[in-house]
Amino acid sequence: MDLLQILVNGLSVGAVYGLFALGYTLVFSVLGVINFAHGAVFTLGAYFTYLLIGGAVGANGLLAGFQLPVALPFWGALPLAGLGAALVALLVERVAFRPLRRRRADPLLALITSLGAGVILVNLIQLLVGAESYAIPTGALGALPASFPLLGARVRTVQALLLGIAVLLLALLTLWLEGSRNGKGLQAVAEDAETAQLLGIDSTVMVRLAFGLSGFLAGVAGGLVGLSVSIAGPYFGIGYGLKGLAVLVLGGLGSVPGAVLGGLIVGLAEAFVPADWSGYKDAVSYGFLFLVLLLRPRGLLGRPLPTKV
Amino acid sequence: MDAALLEQMLLGALLALSVFLPLRCGQLSLATPGFYAVGGYVAALLSTDVPAFAGSGATSPLAALLAEMVLGGSLAGLIALAIGGPVLRLRGIYLAIATIALVEILRVLNLNLPFTGGAMGIFGIPQPFEHAGGYVLFTLGLLAVACWLCQRLEAVRLGRAMAAIRDDELAAASVGIDTPRTKLIAFVASAVLAGVTGALAAHFFNSWNARAGSFDASITTLAFVVFGGSRFWPGPVLGGLVLTALPELLRPVGDLRLILFGAVILLGPLFFPQGLVTAERLRGLAALLGRVRQAPQAP
Repeated sequence: MDLLQILVNGLSVGAVYGLFALGYTLVFSVLGVINFAHGAVFTLGAYFTYLLIGGAVGANGLLAGFQLPVALPFWGALPLAGLGAALVALLVERVAFRPLRRRRADPLLALITSLGAGVILVNLIQLLVGAESYAIPTGALGALPASFPLLGARVRTVQALLLGIAVLLLALLTLWLEGSRNGKGLQAVAEDAETAQLLGIDSTVMVRLAFGLSGFLAGVAGGLVGLSVSIAGPYFGIGYGLKGLAVLVLGGLGSVPGAVLGGLIVGLAEAFVPADWSGYKDAVSYGFLFLVLLLRPRGLLGRPLPTKV
Repeated sequence: MDAALLEQMLLGALLALSVFLPLRCGQLSLATPGFYAVGGYVAALLSTDVPAFAGSGATSPLAALLAEMVLGGSLAGLIALAIGGPVLRLRGIYLAIATIALVEILRVLNLNLPFTGGAMGIFGIPQPFEHAGGYVLFTLGLLAVACWLCQRLEAVRLGRAMAAIRDDELAAASVGIDTPRTKLIAFVASAVLAGVTGALAAHFFNSWNARAGSFDASITTLAFVVFGGSRFWPGPVLGGLVLTALPELLRPVGDLRLILFGAVILLGPLFFPQGLVTAERLRGLAALLGRVRQAPQAP
């Protein structure tokens, strides 16, 4: 495999990690906690996409043989799946985060409640559609070819899409965060929720916005991964979720460009692991993470944490 | 309830205590399953490869089990000692994520090292006890010792230093507590307990593979502590016992069982933010026991 091919593979996988970490980072920046249900929302996004393009449920599960009456093109299905995932993320916020916030409980508890929500979602998927893997047919891309040549390498269209969409979403998110009233409100809440509240920013609305956006990003990432490598079962989001966590810290907790940069670095590093050592590939991101935490605990693009007595 | 489930519950309680020890010092470490896996591999490798530990075929001597527990605990403790210094400089969620990374690195090593049996792991681990009942008695003894040590911690300087760090690390350092050393002791003690538990568990389960130390296990063991209560040692013990038993007890509801398990983890902290065991409830229980004990003397 030549260099360019490795680069493309690495960047497209890294784009997924980046999208994943973006979702974590949005929620982390406003609440200071990690949403462990994020992986399950990602997984749901993939299943939503599969159903919306007209895919049929397999023989196992309560919904055996179910098929939506519509069969959308991939372009229509992906944003809709993202919206569906955003709704689920809002539901997760409602049941697993808001009651704790209202009681001003220890934020550590949100790790557990969100994990509980994730366990429920994953097992609900298994109950409804079974544990088998589903593939989104590459024909879903319509007239686009499955792959195209680039500087002598052969690039799968879906890989280019992954990278393009991740960059596009990052750009839109940054524009929105910096340029819109709500985006600035979100940043204000991330900076200091109490002061923001005093200035008339409704922090509850901002928290919901953060969850909705993170759910949308996860859902879109899930649909794209489903198209790229198939949906390997209800648990397939968990591995990505863990990598996303490594990426999150690598880039700096709460840093939007850091999340994407971290994702691309991890994706590239994994792609350069030689085939003989592929068993160790999964340790690369965690090894990186470990090093970064020890050398630069705030992450590559993060800000230092304040210490208070 | 059968002895095998009881043994798993006791092992769960031991692991919960392992998560509790650093948390008692304010450090959220999720490394327990990693050390548990290491301890288990030590026991599994020694008792299947080394004749002195293997005994005769299916059974192995009790002395070998004890030696494996010491060695497994020591290796886990050494790893903790080696990485603890730099890792424990991290705080809060950073420490939690670093320890998740540690667990994942150990898991990948366990899957790929030439002597750990790959994805299948190691099986045919000889049994020091003929029946699960033997394991239960032995583990009960181990748990009692661990609980006694945790209870002792309430009264000695080290334990008070740990509590001071939990409440405010900077303030603790300012009154002369060696915070890095205290945190390191708690971290290493946690690793040793997890390693010892792993060595015992490898024999009980008869086989051992990399799934013993996974991210899922990190969160499950943390759930033990949060569910039971992270302030006093009876909390994690109770959480470990109950949450290990729950998925088995829910077996009759079939496919819904893991959904219900998730619901319990979700709702537990919402209704009991302090966990099941709190200072108030402990006092209430003590008063109740006192009344029962005094009852015969009452006119």
